[in-house]
Amino acid sequence: MDSYSTKHVKSRTLFQETWRRLVKNKGAMIGMGFLIFLILAALLSPFIFNYETDVIGQNMSDRLMGPCATHWFGTDEYGRDLFARVIYGARYSLAIGVGSVTIGLVVGTVLGSLAGFYGGPVDSLIMRAIDIFYSIPNILTAVVIVSLLGTSTVNLMIALAFSCASSFSRIVRASVMTIRDQEYVESSYAMGLPTWKIIAKHILPNCLSPIIVQITLLIGSTIISASSLSFLGIGVPAPAPEWGALLSAGRGHIRDASYMCVIPGLAIMFTVLALNLLGDGLRDALDPKMKK
Amino acid sequence: MANNTILEVQNLTKFFNTPGGQLHAVDGVSFTIERGKTLGIVGESGCGKSTTGRTILKLIEPTSGKVIFDGQDITGYTRKQMRPLRQEMQMVFQDPFSSLDPRQTVMQLISEPIIEHKLLKNKKDIEKRTLELMETVGLAERYINVYPHELDGGRRQRIGIARALAVQPKLIVCDEPVSALDVSIQAQILNLLKQLQQDMGLTYIFITHDLSVVKYFSDDIAVMYLGQMVEKAPSDLLFQNPVHPYTKALLSAIPLPVVGKEKPKRQLIRGEITSPVNLPDECRFRKRCECAQECCKNGNPHLREIEPSHFVACSCV
Repeated sequence: MDSYSTKHVKSRTLFQETWRRLVKNKGAMIGMGFLIFLILAALLSPFIFNYETDVIGQNMSDRLMGPCATHWFGTDEYGRDLFARVIYGARYSLAIGVGSVTIGLVVGTVLGSLAGFYGGPVDSLIMRAIDIFYSIPNILTAVVIVSLLGTSTVNLMIALAFSCASSFSRIVRASVMTIRDQEYVESSYAMGLPTWKIIAKHILPNCLSPIIVQITLLIGSTIISASSLSFLGIGVPAPAPEWGALLSAGRGHIRDASYMCVIPGLAIMFTVLALNLLGDGLRDALDPKMKK
Repeated sequence: MANNTILEVQNLTKFFNTPGGQLHAVDGVSFTIERGKTLGIVGESGCGKSTTGRTILKLIEPTSGKVIFDGQDITGYTRKQMRPLRQEMQMVFQDPFSSLDPRQTVMQLISEPIIEHKLLKNKKDIEKRTLELMETVGLAERYINVYPHELDGGRRQRIGIARALAVQPKLIVCDEPVSALDVSIQAQILNLLKQLQQDMGLTYIFITHDLSVVKYFSDDIAVMYLGQMVEKAPSDLLFQNPVHPYTKALLSAIPLPVVGKEKPKRQLIRGEITSPVNLPDECRFRKRCECAQECCKNGNPHLREIEPSHFVACSCV
């Protein structure tokens, strides 16, 4: 005991503490590695591939070739190289998935914590408005928003953010309501903290676990929603190699050229898996009680 | 005399509106505390002692009455106006398991009030002060990066005390600070609180249901029953000469280590505590009182001084 107390113990910040624990989690590191690879691919793809010739340039002589040495992932019905399209597609899919979930997260957290913290009329007003959005199918909301704002990647993000925001606000509200009445919140009032600081410093960090799980799940499902919108023709405009669009293009050839569906499908699956692994690891790393 | 009074509470009342009617949590409580003294508030659970403490700190808005702290009437203060005053009056909470944010380390917990009130700016100074506070409350330096769930109740309560001390307050409301702890640790924490009072000239409001604790600790004792003060006297006087039947019953409930000899007779209180919702206009203790008389039905008795500085609210004495 005394040998410890004589040496000076350095205090660590939350970030250092979390990182230290995250590194120990193998799954999280694999997930993070894959995501970093994907992000790098998305960022560097314009330098690797020429968009006009490699990604959207048609080459009818090479159409529907299976995976081979020159075309690692094969080619589609217009002879476009699937490898280039999948890598380039990470740009769209990741941007849409991460972008709309981020917008949804910010809006949903603010609304949900206000509703959960203040309760009463504020709560009713916010939650009833969100219920209305919830009752309309996501695709329909998205169709309306995209047709109002016009077809573009950013507008698609905004459209998808609506459904993310409503599910985030429900989760945040429920967690905030249970934490609001904890004694340590009262203790922060006695300490003289302003309300917004109490929400930001003491309440929200304690609702992190469900939020992180929801983020990882929603990024995956948003990528898939974006693809169904692409299929309806209101997603990312046609020649752009968004993953969902690749998937739906492959459907017509699922019997003769199944790799056209399998490869973009695997890309989506691995991304979602990586996000889930990282999300799980982050949740544990951020929870002091999981520390070994 | 007047400037030696740190806190004056006048007719403090807190009613909660419940579906069944008005719940009288605190009903017309008045007292004063002098600098450096300790007032013990005792009573059974649900008698409004914690609500009294929280209302004084304005964690709960009083329904009516006045709280005058250091000459300032803080009754009408908003949360924002209260903020600078949080440096002067602090609270130690009952349950050290739920009153500390589980996601913060000891360092973050103790330095939070220092940072919030901008007492120190420099990071090094803050850390130094935190370590100093940890030493004051008897926490080893090696716990600085530890989370509260890794510590036992006594150490957590020390964190709670360090948090309260961090702003160098004049008044600390201790809301049953030892009731969640083991008896051996209770003694340590009580000794620590007493030591701190001597060193820093703190004033305590000590809320508890444990009379043996309060005897050891308090200069004055106020006994509460159903939101009202039924007896108030200096500690020794109350223990020598309890007057109110409720106080007598409480005192006889203190376990005494008597071996072999015949045990002193316990005065038991019959029945359940009356519901604090929609109270009739009679003595609140009448239905459970040993010596209830007809006159007890006529109105709720007020505190009267029966001997110097000994106040009792009972129609029969």
